[in-house]
Amino acid sequence: MAESKLKHDIRQDFPLLHDRSIVYLDSAATSQKPKAVLDAQRRFYETSNANVHRGVHRLSVAATESFEAARAAIAAFINAEPEEIVFVRNATEGINLFARSWGAANVRPNELIALTTMEHHSNIVPWQQLAQARGCDIAYVPFIKESGELDLEQLGLVLEKKPKLLSLTHVSNVFGTVTPMAEVVAKAHVAGTLVLVDACQSAPHIALDVKKLGCDALVFSGHKTLGPMGVGVLYVRKKLLEIMPPFLSGGEMIKTVTLDRATYNDVPHRFEAGTPDVAGAIGVATGLRYLQNIGMEVVEAHVRELTDYAVRKLATLPYVKLLNKSANRLGLVSFTVDGVPAHDVASLLDEKGVCVRSGHHCAMPLHAELGIEQSVRASFSIYNVREDVDALIEALEHCRKVFFR
Amino acid sequence: MTMDAAMVAQGGAASQMYQELILDHFRNPRNWGKLDGATCHGHDVNTSCGDEITFWFDVKAGVINNASFEARGCAISQAAASMLTDRLKGLAVDDALRLEKQHVLDELGVPISGMRLKCALLPLKVAKMALAQDDGALQGQSF
Repeated sequence: MAESKLKHDIRQDFPLLHDRSIVYLDSAATSQKPKAVLDAQRRFYETSNANVHRGVHRLSVAATESFEAARAAIAAFINAEPEEIVFVRNATEGINLFARSWGAANVRPNELIALTTMEHHSNIVPWQQLAQARGCDIAYVPFIKESGELDLEQLGLVLEKKPKLLSLTHVSNVFGTVTPMAEVVAKAHVAGTLVLVDACQSAPHIALDVKKLGCDALVFSGHKTLGPMGVGVLYVRKKLLEIMPPFLSGGEMIKTVTLDRATYNDVPHRFEAGTPDVAGAIGVATGLRYLQNIGMEVVEAHVRELTDYAVRKLATLPYVKLLNKSANRLGLVSFTVDGVPAHDVASLLDEKGVCVRSGHHCAMPLHAELGIEQSVRASFSIYNVREDVDALIEALEHCRKVFFR
Repeated sequence: MTMDAAMVAQGGAASQMYQELILDHFRNPRNWGKLDGATCHGHDVNTSCGDEITFWFDVKAGVINNASFEARGCAISQAAASMLTDRLKGLAVDDALRLEKQHVLDELGVPISGMRLKCALLPLKVAKMALAQDDGALQGQSF
């Protein structure tokens, strides 16, 4: 069992989880934070707080070095170069940046953007706005209803129309299914289509390598990879990033400013107007380092084992219906409970200390395709154990009893 | 953040919300479906959880002759909406617009915990929105 590969009780490292009455099964929404992350952020403010890239004094130098070291660590985590990493607030902002900057400069009327019907709203709405602004079209690649996996045949048909960009999730935030991304990217590139990967649900559990994936851009949120809220990561292949126009403007993103005009800074600073969340960036890098110290293979095996265990246990409850059946699933499982609306399930699970997500999980089109409005999602991280799944099952029995006593 | 361990152990506030009356209104909603001859309707969504409610009213001479609803979402919001349609029938629009949140909570008859207050109170908000738009008194006189 993969659990045995963990050298110690991981939960000890997470202050919030010291309260054993909490069974946290909502890591797909945000992960808990290890003490190392909290300490690193505090240490920055206590020992080297100053603005970055601004001063020549010792504190500014120390802050700049820490900030750029964080960028380098994050770049290394996905096998990218530091200058290919743009700090944003979250994955949502990363996608918006790419849509506004690259999209406005490169997408012309009647050209095509390809998405999938299982995207998070953050990977749909920015493209709808681009479509409105630029008069381009959106094509959706469907998922296979039974498995929740991307329909690769349909992907082929959409790629025949030669979309400018394919923007899609690596691991579905509702199905948990893993899309064979390297294969998808290779197919897209044959069609001359660029690929943006939403890695929000894969970055916490899988060793990511942008060179192996071959993708042109990738986003993830640091708060889902054990880091603090407020810092996201946008990777863009350097050649592409260099020809993208600025997104937000102001300080830091310029080289020179006169009263009439400005010249812009080199990448990635061109995309980082204003004072960044330095402590947050350091926190994100620390979170990733924490994962790497365990080893991403160990992390993935642990989360996969827990996910499979949860699927097996849920299958024993006749009143629970899983949204999809797939062996190729990582980190989460979504389901409905016969006769009990999702929010009522979540309320009753919470009463037993079990924290799950309920609702549409920011994927209303996906739920509409399935003909349901809402579902319940349990998601897992490195700090979860089998007992957490057992508590979920027990709490579901409680929920069922309250509704059908 | 701490949990009340005793409450967790014995089943707490959440269980108490699901009394027989609420479950009955949820499973057997009163006044369900679009109302023929409705003079006004209102619709809204609770963005935090996706609860969705539509009310229809038949208002004549400033009085609610008939009321109906359709809802998707949680048991609490559906039960609250069902109870509300019963309460609003026969009521003057002016009185309906003055109904307080506490009325809904009293009808439900159980303590509604934290985040679920929005679910319980969405129906009243949507019903008032529909009735306010209608300006029932004027429309009633024109008949």
